[in-house]
Amino acid sequence: MGRQLSEAIVDGILGGSVYALMAVGLTLIFGVLDIINIAQGILVVLGAYLSYVLSVHLHLDLFVGLLVTVPAMFIVGVAIQWAFIRPLRGRERTSMSLLATYAVAIIIEGILYIIFGSNFVSLNASYTTSGPRIFGFYLDYIYIYGFLMALLAVAGIYYTLYRTQFGRTIRATMQDQTAARIVGINVNRVQALTFGIGVAVTAAGGMVFGATGGGFNPNTGYDLISRLLAIVILGGLGSIAGAMIAAIFMITLEGVVDVLWSPSWSVVVFYGALVVVLAFRPQGLLGRKAARAQ
Amino acid sequence: MSQGTVNAGPAQADGTVPQPAGRGRRATAIRLGLLAVLLIIAAIFPLVVTNALYTQFAVNTVIYVGAVAAWNLFSGYSGYIALGNAVFFGTGAYTVGLLTKQWKLPGGDIFALLPLGGLVAALVAVPLGLIALRVRRHTFVVITIAFFFIFQLMAFNLSFTGGNQGVSSPFFLWSASDYNNPFYYVGLIIAVGTITLSWLIRNSRFGLQLLAIRDDEDRARGLGVRTMKIKLIAFVISGGITGMIGGLWWFFIGQALPETAFNPLFDLTVALMAFLGGFGTLAGPVLGALILEPLQQWIGITFTNGYTSDIVLGVLFLAVILFLPRGIVPTGGEFVTKWRAIRERRREPAPGGSAPGGSAPPGSPAVSRAGAATPGAGTPSTGAPSTGGVR
Repeated sequence: MGRQLSEAIVDGILGGSVYALMAVGLTLIFGVLDIINIAQGILVVLGAYLSYVLSVHLHLDLFVGLLVTVPAMFIVGVAIQWAFIRPLRGRERTSMSLLATYAVAIIIEGILYIIFGSNFVSLNASYTTSGPRIFGFYLDYIYIYGFLMALLAVAGIYYTLYRTQFGRTIRATMQDQTAARIVGINVNRVQALTFGIGVAVTAAGGMVFGATGGGFNPNTGYDLISRLLAIVILGGLGSIAGAMIAAIFMITLEGVVDVLWSPSWSVVVFYGALVVVLAFRPQGLLGRKAARAQ
Repeated sequence: MSQGTVNAGPAQADGTVPQPAGRGRRATAIRLGLLAVLLIIAAIFPLVVTNALYTQFAVNTVIYVGAVAAWNLFSGYSGYIALGNAVFFGTGAYTVGLLTKQWKLPGGDIFALLPLGGLVAALVAVPLGLIALRVRRHTFVVITIAFFFIFQLMAFNLSFTGGNQGVSSPFFLWSASDYNNPFYYVGLIIAVGTITLSWLIRNSRFGLQLLAIRDDEDRARGLGVRTMKIKLIAFVISGGITGMIGGLWWFFIGQALPETAFNPLFDLTVALMAFLGGFGTLAGPVLGALILEPLQQWIGITFTNGYTSDIVLGVLFLAVILFLPRGIVPTGGEFVTKWRAIRERRREPAPGGSAPGGSAPPGSPAVSRAGAATPGAGTPSTGAPSTGGVR
């Protein structure tokens, strides 16, 4: 029991960092565009499938393949924003964007089913099945590599946001779109690029996800998006640090409940935790209380 | 508080704004006539069309008409987009299913259980509403989705729900030719009842309070609306009706599985139907369901490959959102108003004091309330977001 528990906690922290990366993309998109990208889950799966194609057919190493898949997913993101998000205007934009991104998710899911079928696949490499022994269990290298990569990517996003001119324009747009426009920021461009970045991280997250979990198929997207939504809401919408904390907390919690109680209830506890936290803190852990929109 | 102060939205499209007497009476007559014709068509449909496939379409359609009207009763009027109504749908389905099994009810008696299914769903809605209605906008949407997943997983995992086998209905020896008819008529009664209830609510003080919440919740509370109570009542009514419809659906389909009774597509389809027809209007969601559900069924049998039909459905969703973002009824209503104004101007070159087209006269409370940025009470916001419209 003790061994299993420590395994669950270590796996939770390392695996949670990958969810953190995907959730950061989602919360960034929310912060800048004020929409929730329901397609984030299926885009993670799409990223994983891209890695799968590269590694199976071109025999590229999974991490080297990211050099192709991350830019590819960036382009996909910019295209989705341009075609389906930018035209949405007016009072019900929020709800419309939910439906629009959901529709995008359905379409991508259908296409993936047609191409890859419904069989579960997983990404394999030498480091997905071997690793050091710590606390009495074997930890595959992929967890460690994935953790480091997620750390690096989040650090990169932080650097971009707080140390570059482009990051300043993003933060300005997050704070006040109208004011940002007035001082000469091209808000449309910022929104498109942010959506691209938010989707590009799914390529990296999807690769690690596909290499660590029990495999994936097109239907996995639903499972992912529901978790990611719970994570970003728990952390406080628009808060990057909140998303990271919530991701690691939730994934660890799920793993621990798996061990202590039963795998079939861990997901209920996962969402139950969200509901309990929101009952006491409606704005999420690190979220700011929404000012009254005018 | 006059109606004009609250109905900044698409209220005009279904005629709740007072109109000049003569035309108002005629418009009401036309509307009532149209309604009567629709009702008669709906009532005799299964007598004329006996093809089982089409009557099956019709049953699904009345089920969705009722479900959308119930959704709209809460989400459309209050502006809180709920994407978890499948919780109530599934709860109703499982309640009716499990009780049927428990009490070993034969055939037609099961219809008597539907109100009980609705009651259980309404009871479930109370705690969910108390938690979810504390938050707004995106967070509310996501909380309803979280509830949905919790309930689906409970249906999979709890001991009495039958796990992934679900609950099947007993076999009936009804004649195949009019097998669908009882379901159709019960569904129709529920749907018509829900629409009537929506209409009554819309014209009541309660409905005005709901619409005030949609327009600006903080201001509504400031004006003395007990927002939590109002929202919760609407949420529970909506959930109860959805539960009743879920029970009917279980009886009709004959089996409730965790993934079909608690179906994420149900949540989204209902919302999409409402948006297609006109979010928050009375006729819009019904129209949306009448168009979309048969279309969906038709797509389902045309593209037998499930994935292709999903893609077609997704493309359809996107087309609606991109090309008809405000829905059929508001867009159509605006068109009619414009056309009438033009005709009016032609007929009376110098109109007196009354403003044509049924929009609020300048200086009415609506204008002073909304401030300069809102074009007027009768015109729904087009491009720029109206004040108080953003929650």
